[in-house]
Amino acid sequence: MKVLVTVKEVAEPDDDFAIEGTDIAASDLEYGLNEWDDYAVEAAVRLAEAGIADEVVAVTLGPERVEETIRKVLAKGVDRAVRVRDDAFEGTVVDVASKVDVLEAVVDEEAPDLVLGGVQAADTGFGATGVALAERVRFAHAAVVNDLEVDADAGIAHVHRELEGGVEELTDVDLPAVLTVQTGLNEPRYASLRGIRQAQRKEIDVRDLADLGLSAGDVGGALTVTAMTEPESESDGERIEGDAGAAADRLATVLRERGVGAS
Amino acid sequence: MSDVLVVAEHRRGELREISHELVTAGRELADDLGGELHVAVIAGDVAEFAAELNRPGIDRIHTVAVGEEFDHTVYAAAAERLVERTGAAAVVTPNSVNGLDYAPAVAERLGVPLVTDVLEFTYDDDLTVTREMYGSKVETTAAVDGDRFCLTVRGGEFAPAEGLGEAAVEPVELDPPESGARVTGFEEVAGGDVDIADADVLVSVGRGVGEAENLEVVEALADALDATISASRPVVDNGWLPKNRQVGQSGTVVAPDVYVAIGISGAVQHVAGMKGSDTIVAINTDPNAPIFDIADYGIVGDLFEVVPELVSRFE
Ligand SMILES: Cc1cc2nc3c(=O)[nH]c(=O)nc-3n(C[C@H](O)[C@H](O)[C@H](O)COP(=O)(O)OP(=O)(O)OC[C@H]3O[C@@H](n4cnc5c(N)ncnc54)[C@H](O)[C@@H]3O)c2cc1C
Repeated sequence: MKVLVTVKEVAEPDDDFAIEGTDIAASDLEYGLNEWDDYAVEAAVRLAEAGIADEVVAVTLGPERVEETIRKVLAKGVDRAVRVRDDAFEGTVVDVASKVDVLEAVVDEEAPDLVLGGVQAADTGFGATGVALAERVRFAHAAVVNDLEVDADAGIAHVHRELEGGVEELTDVDLPAVLTVQTGLNEPRYASLRGIRQAQRKEIDVRDLADLGLSAGDVGGALTVTAMTEPESESDGERIEGDAGAAADRLATVLRERGVGAS
Repeated sequence: MSDVLVVAEHRRGELREISHELVTAGRELADDLGGELHVAVIAGDVAEFAAELNRPGIDRIHTVAVGEEFDHTVYAAAAERLVERTGAAAVVTPNSVNGLDYAPAVAERLGVPLVTDVLEFTYDDDLTVTREMYGSKVETTAAVDGDRFCLTVRGGEFAPAEGLGEAAVEPVELDPPESGARVTGFEEVAGGDVDIADADVLVSVGRGVGEAENLEVVEALADALDATISASRPVVDNGWLPKNRQVGQSGTVVAPDVYVAIGISGAVQHVAGMKGSDTIVAINTDPNAPIFDIADYGIVGDLFEVVPELVSRFE
């Protein structure tokens, strides 16, 4: 069985950041592996370690910068990676359908039995790519999976979907399938030194849209960010100023006024 | 082609509140587009749900009686069928776990752009949506290309529709589609010794605490304040505290007298579980953390300095 993991390098703003035009200034952003994808990678690698998956391939969209993050994923045990580059993927926001256009082409080439990705990307928070991809490539799917058991012989993934309010839905999903993975599914590993060394020799196949039979007109355009602002505070709350001691004094008064720790 | 189709949500026999909120959102959008508002009720006791949903603003309710519970294949097929039938230009669904399990499929089937987690929208020849990015640290407006689209709308952003409506209710036939995913049951998690929803004072700890060993700093405060410990999701994911301590969308919704958020950024899924608290206190090193937007009292500072000081004030 072959597993394809969709991974995204996400941008996280520094505590202090400036908005330039319609995005946060690049110098105020730190890049790293999307938290949710880390759990998807772990799930895939565990399937390989359990002898259920023969090969784990990661796919990502993005500029050369993201290869650092992809190396980390390879160091955790993914066998090889595909990076699709295009000007359209330089920025943070890429509309769902454009991503799916690319991922569809990769799924056609790789023919995986299982596609795993994170529930959402921490930066854009769309939470839609996995399910849209499943529909496009006619795979079964389940979103927000926090428990996974693959029965390869039966061709079924037994999953729990984490609904709101502490309720889980138990679902059997036919393979091939796309599952979006929720944090907490497993405990993502840190790459070992050996893994990091091996990752240097693993292949990152860089592809253009043309390599995938797509053209520039196929991607981008559906969604254009026109403005970015810092949200206005909804509360007229009090910022308690001063050093830790002074802040503690004030907060202790506030809490006592509310009968907390009054005794 | 200027009608709007809203898809209602229910679970285990209960209509979910967001359905009424979407009626308000859908009505606004339909007014902007100059069209009618259709509401779809899919699966379960559709007649009863339709009656409960029938509040002012809706022009027509379509019921699709296929199956008991949510099945994304049925929902996607029904939404597609209703768009064909009504010619709706826009499909609006909840930005819930189930909403995100079928809305992307609906957009794919219809070949229209999808925007998720929408807070606000305006339509003036073109659709403009407001969303958050970077863990609620910024708000963006985005222009959507095209005159047909699919939106998932965040809960709690629109007031629920109220009153008694007069929409016609029309049953719609749908051949049950074959589904590659079959629901076999439900499980309640997060039970156990404590119910954080009962607490008057919650001292709630987030990823900012760094590691399990550091929890004692926060536990000391809970002891000093005679409060109960709760947590954000990563603390529970990491196994530092049990699931029944998790506040938020996928944990427990709480509304204590006092909620002290320590090292918690204030992600939307967390805030959904505690914004009803009477007094919210936040301690966080990041002055831009979204938790400060809803805090009544905010301290920008290191929890490892502020919390021990605070503990000493109650000794
Ligand atoms: C479908 C779904 C459901 C979810 N359900 C939930 C849910 O029920 N509950 C929930 O909580 N989350 C939920 N989440 C996750 C949510 O999106 C966030 O990832 C999570 O809430 C972040 O937790 P956090 O604030 O503790 O961590 P972070 O966002 O990492 O924030 C840590 C904070 O600690 C601060 N900090 C760091 N060091 C210090 C220090 N020394 N002193 C003071 N402050 C410090 C940082 O400035 C930062 O603001 C859900 C997500 C999804 C997609």
